[in-house]
Amino acid sequence: MNRAKLFVPATLFGVLVIVLYLGFTLRDPTLLPSALLDKPFPGFDLPVLAGAPGERATRDRLLGETRLVNVWATWCPTCLAEHGELMRIRAETGLSIVGISYKDDSRKARQWLAHYGDPYDFNVVDLDGDLGVDLGVYGAPETFLVDAEGIIRFKHVGDVNPGVWRDEFEPRIAALKGKDEVAENRL
Amino acid sequence: MEVARSVSLGWRRTRHIAEGEAEARPSNAGRPALGRYGTWPTCLAMLLAAACLGASAIDGFDFLDAETAERYQRLITEFRCPKCLNESIASSGAPIAVDLRRTVRRLMEEGAADDDIRDHLQERYGDFVLYDPPFKPSTWFLWFSPLILLVTVVFVFRRVARLGAVDEPAPEDLDRARRLLRDAD
Repeated sequence: MNRAKLFVPATLFGVLVIVLYLGFTLRDPTLLPSALLDKPFPGFDLPVLAGAPGERATRDRLLGETRLVNVWATWCPTCLAEHGELMRIRAETGLSIVGISYKDDSRKARQWLAHYGDPYDFNVVDLDGDLGVDLGVYGAPETFLVDAEGIIRFKHVGDVNPGVWRDEFEPRIAALKGKDEVAENRL
Repeated sequence: MEVARSVSLGWRRTRHIAEGEAEARPSNAGRPALGRYGTWPTCLAMLLAAACLGASAIDGFDFLDAETAERYQRLITEFRCPKCLNESIASSGAPIAVDLRRTVRRLMEEGAADDDIRDHLQERYGDFVLYDPPFKPSTWFLWFSPLILLVTVVFVFRRVARLGAVDEPAPEDLDRARRLLRDAD
């Protein structure tokens, strides 16, 4: 009985080590859970980057198919890191990608697309970051998976790399496509 | 805020003068560098005034009345900057904090109540932005943990106190001990 008590401090220490280990490693404290999951993409009415003069786009232009909405800027080095992967996704899967040019110089953004290639269906210009606030954006790049009804299904903060694409996006997109097909068959 | 406004005007005026004099610099080449900006007391006063400026002045916001300015200051200290983890949007210089301060101000101008403003930011950035977390199942542990800790401490202390208490030995045990000690001699 008294022998057993000797092990109490060691056991407490062990529990503490495990709890702290899990607390500090399992979850990256800089990643916030998105408050917008399964909520409609917020409304907007913004100029289109490199569009026809005076052309604007609203939320309605996102509807109709599953899309990625990618928040990017030329001042963001990680955006350059993921650019190649976005190009590959667009070329190989044909998935629609819409860009939000976030607090950026539109002239530089156009030069960037001319230089590195343009994976986007279109870009809207969020010059002062108000759409960013509505989307809960706290750092570029952020990538949203938006379904055909305009509901946000997933959000990824940080670069979209091949691993993230394979593990996070592909399964969810497959699930959404499956649901769309079921819905079409019913019609 | 009156102070802030007069200071920002003062700054603009000084900059104007400085630019004007900079053009005329060749003729003043012999003067000490400081002379271009005015006198030492002016510089000192401006430095002191600049140190007093709050975030609202940095953003260039002017409020008509002190009450609104105070409400704004109180609100922006309530929200945590999503990018910087341990700073309120009032104290952070991160661009996202600037955007959120602007959002708070816009909502105030639209006549939103404090709770509407809290809801607005919470809907977009989650509970994370609130320094005062809501009471709900996922935060029960957070809210109750001080109580749990207190109960644990009381429990442990009582156990320790009981272990420390020495019972008076029974008379027959004392007799036996004395007999044993005597026999040992």
